[in-house]
Amino acid sequence: MGGSGFPSESIKSEGRFPGLYVHVPFCRRKCAYCSFYSITALHLIPNWLRAVSQEARLYEERFGRFDTLYLGGGTPSILTVKQLAVLLEVLRPLLVEHPQPEITLEANPDDVTPGQLAGWRDLGINRLSLGVQSFADHELSFLGRRHQASGSRRALELSRVAFANLSVDLMYGLPGQSQKAWVEHLKQALEFEPEHLSCYQLSVEKGTPLGHLMSAGRFTPLPTDWEGHFFLLTSRFLEKHGYLHYEVSNFARGNCWYARHNKKYWQQTPYLGLGPGAHSFLGNKRWWNFRSVARYCEALKTGRAPVAGSETLTEGQLRLETLFLGFRTREGVKLEMLGGQPEGEKNLWRLEKAGLVRVEEGWVRPTRQGMLVADSLALLF
Amino acid sequence: MSQIRNFSIIAHIDHGKSTLADRLIQHTILVPERQLREQMLDTMDIERERGITIKSNTITLPYLAADGQEYALNLIDTPGHVDFSYEVSRALASCEGVLLVVDASQGVQAQTVANLYLALEHDLAIIPVINKIDLPQADICGVKEQIQKELGLEADSAILCSAKEGIGITNILEAIVKRIPPPKGDFQAPLSALIFDAQYDTFRGAVVSCRVFDGKVQPGDLIRLMSHGGVYKVEEVGIFQLQRQPRSALTAGMVGYLIAGIKTVSDTRIGDTITSEADPIADPLPGFKEVKPVVFASLYPVSADDYQALADALEKYKLNDAALVYQKDASSALGQGFRCGFLGLLHLEIVQERLAREFGQSLIMTVPGVRYEFTLTDGQVLAVDNPQHYPEPTKIKKTAEPYIRASIIVPERFVGAVLKLCLERRGSEPHFSNPTPGRVEVRVDLPLSEVIIDFYDKLKSQTQGYGSFDYDLGDYRDSDLVKLDILINGDKVDALSMIVHRQRARQWAVRVCERLKEEIPRQQFRIAIQGAVGGKIIARETINAFRKDVTAKCYGGDITRKRKLLEKQKEGKARLKMIGQVSIPQSAFVAVLKTEVG
Ligand SMILES: Nc1nc2c(ncn2[C@@H]2O[C@H](COP(=O)(O)OP(=O)(O)OP(=O)(O)O)[C@@H](O)[C@H]2O)c(=O)[nH]1
Ligand code: SF4
Ligand SMILES: [Mg+2]
Repeated sequence: MGGSGFPSESIKSEGRFPGLYVHVPFCRRKCAYCSFYSITALHLIPNWLRAVSQEARLYEERFGRFDTLYLGGGTPSILTVKQLAVLLEVLRPLLVEHPQPEITLEANPDDVTPGQLAGWRDLGINRLSLGVQSFADHELSFLGRRHQASGSRRALELSRVAFANLSVDLMYGLPGQSQKAWVEHLKQALEFEPEHLSCYQLSVEKGTPLGHLMSAGRFTPLPTDWEGHFFLLTSRFLEKHGYLHYEVSNFARGNCWYARHNKKYWQQTPYLGLGPGAHSFLGNKRWWNFRSVARYCEALKTGRAPVAGSETLTEGQLRLETLFLGFRTREGVKLEMLGGQPEGEKNLWRLEKAGLVRVEEGWVRPTRQGMLVADSLALLF
Repeated sequence: MSQIRNFSIIAHIDHGKSTLADRLIQHTILVPERQLREQMLDTMDIERERGITIKSNTITLPYLAADGQEYALNLIDTPGHVDFSYEVSRALASCEGVLLVVDASQGVQAQTVANLYLALEHDLAIIPVINKIDLPQADICGVKEQIQKELGLEADSAILCSAKEGIGITNILEAIVKRIPPPKGDFQAPLSALIFDAQYDTFRGAVVSCRVFDGKVQPGDLIRLMSHGGVYKVEEVGIFQLQRQPRSALTAGMVGYLIAGIKTVSDTRIGDTITSEADPIADPLPGFKEVKPVVFASLYPVSADDYQALADALEKYKLNDAALVYQKDASSALGQGFRCGFLGLLHLEIVQERLAREFGQSLIMTVPGVRYEFTLTDGQVLAVDNPQHYPEPTKIKKTAEPYIRASIIVPERFVGAVLKLCLERRGSEPHFSNPTPGRVEVRVDLPLSEVIIDFYDKLKSQTQGYGSFDYDLGDYRDSDLVKLDILINGDKVDALSMIVHRQRARQWAVRVCERLKEEIPRQQFRIAIQGAVGGKIIARETINAFRKDVTAKCYGGDITRKRKLLEKQKEGKARLKMIGQVSIPQSAFVAVLKTEVG
């Protein structure tokens, strides 16, 4: 078992089940903004699949059963149904039977066909997260996505029929994008009445093709003040259309459609990440795997855990994480977390006056404005 | 006692005192290889980094003279910078003679003259030494003439020397033996010794440097410190030879150290007299003149909890730097601290740095100022060195501030730049002369307050590093002073107030507000920063509220990354000071100091 010294007792945090994540690090081509770990050498998929199965076995007892499974990437939808079937056969025994586990698959619109959709459903996948990003061809090509706007719509139509729990990823804050154009995208997405929407602001990371273009001065990013406008606009628009803004970038048509898996990250519920580059969290430990398919597979071939690094969080670090993750969510942070110092109370009162938080039933909840500055809020306590 | 000689090496800055000391040391003691380096006596890190002596240093050299006798030469190397002349005057109280060093290429300079006067005041034997004769630009004849005419010393008595090349060292050693009288004193008389320096040792308490005038002292003796009557048992006595060298006794005429378990720092006072408990002398030795600080600033601990630690550190520090004066000060913005008086800018810088390095203090220093004079309508004259004590404006009849006589030497092509700078700093009556062809000396009177902040840096940058700057304190002159207040969201930040000339108030206000704007992070509300004189706002800046800081995604691995980022920011925040409702980082106070006006 690698002897890596992770806590061996299975921990259920306040009766919550842990979550299981599998990183599928393959894409047909790299998007211009992408800083996720993924490669285009698809011939390595069989090796990866074998290794993930081995890795899952290493942790069989450590976490207990999981009630969510998230197949993320990369592009999990480029796996064949057969490959997915192999994977799920290994993972299904790790999941609880009741309540019904949430099983999410991230899909690229190009990979969505009636046949695939049926196959995914047959495997028990019950939530589809579709990487639409935009409904404008020029934006999609700027982002370096492989699909086109027509592909987005077709995929949405098909998925809508096949899945009762559909989530759509969109991206805003692209250079030159107007607020009007963005609202148009939102409207198009709403036509399909998705249960869940993730609206991410484009962030240009160093080392990505977009990052290089930007430092070469080939485009100017959105002014910071505008970022705030887009954020508030999105929040207002979607809430008006019946979506709850429950996390900085996430919206759901009612709380039963919250992304159960992702919530575990924000609530510090234990999670196990399988696959290259995946992170895991248990108790006060976090560890992460090699960001290399080759090294990952090699470690598992010799029965070792493919762990590249780990950290043990101190009380203070855990608290800081609780705060900054909490202030990202509608739920907020428990008042008792902030108590103790008179300085903290003074801050709270000021923040309420400034319209950044509301104190309700023992919780300090960020307002829409407050969510926008969640990091600053966390640092005040 | 006839085999003892006590002498100091004195000179203008950089004329080669410490290098000469090296040669004298190497000529007389075997210095272990690992201790062999230039300016051996400059042991503090700051001294080595800056290449200047800050503290006087004592060493005893055994010397076998030409007359076949073995002598103990007590050498005290002194600093040359004007800010540390107090170190020189204390050293001289332990000596019967001096080596007055003059750089052969630079000739007699301001501190050569000033230090000569100190030596004459103490009635000491003076041996002129012309150093650096190895330099091609050495002008031995010219310097001899200066020694004769400007110093009034016998030019023929000067010894030619190159401390660098080791030329003339034996001549100097022989001259010390022959021309400096041995100490007078009486072994049999009751003990009288003068404390001229001290250092705090965590384990042993104060290590006191002293000169014994009469009697003797040895381990086991009971001694009394005359200023407060405290009695201590002597644990160890000895002399300095790069390290402390214990000896069985210190006797009349000797210079050395004494350890007597003096643990209470304030019990050791520089200038105090040590006598014996059993057989005390009646009157203490004269001690030292009180120092007159000229530059003032307040020191506050970064964290209010550290006030006591700062108080302790200052007390211990003062043992080793008697020129620092301080008293309690309080600010509503920064809490409890100390108002400190310094002998000059370099002194201020050194104190701040040594407190940080040797005592681990993180400090906030307020904008330095000078001591102003206010004549009130009732005729009373107030000396004010703290903006917080600025008198009620309606009661002020007249204000005055101290001036300096500055001497700036630059290559001809920079004269325009120097004049411009001096005029901006309210300089008046410039005079020009040509000390050497191609170089111009500008003599100008400037308000001291105008040179204590970044004047020298400005001069250096505008003359591409060629400008040299020297000054003497002058008299007080009438001025038109006002108090500039800085308000943050309407709250006056007392620690940022300053007394300035009316003409300069707006410039200052604008720059301070700009600097604060750069340093104060955005907060949950808008922040107004204002500069005001007598309730009238003369400058204003605004900091807008928080702006978006949250990142779009936060899953798995991003959490670690994000937390690390926030931890870094949090570290910075721990050093914030609350002013009213606004948190101000320490860096803001520092940035204001760097404000350059004009
Ligand atoms: N060429 C030459 N340079 C010398 C001689 N003596 C000293 N120097 C140089 O002059 C500079 C100043 O020497 P120091 O011995 O530090 O001068 P100081 O008088 O002790 O200076 P302060 O203690 O700061 O007043 C150093 O760079 C020395 O190397 C000499 O005889 N010839
Ligand atoms: S599909 Fe996703 S993981 Fe793959 S390159 Fe594009 S952004 Fe990156
Ligand atoms: Mg020196």
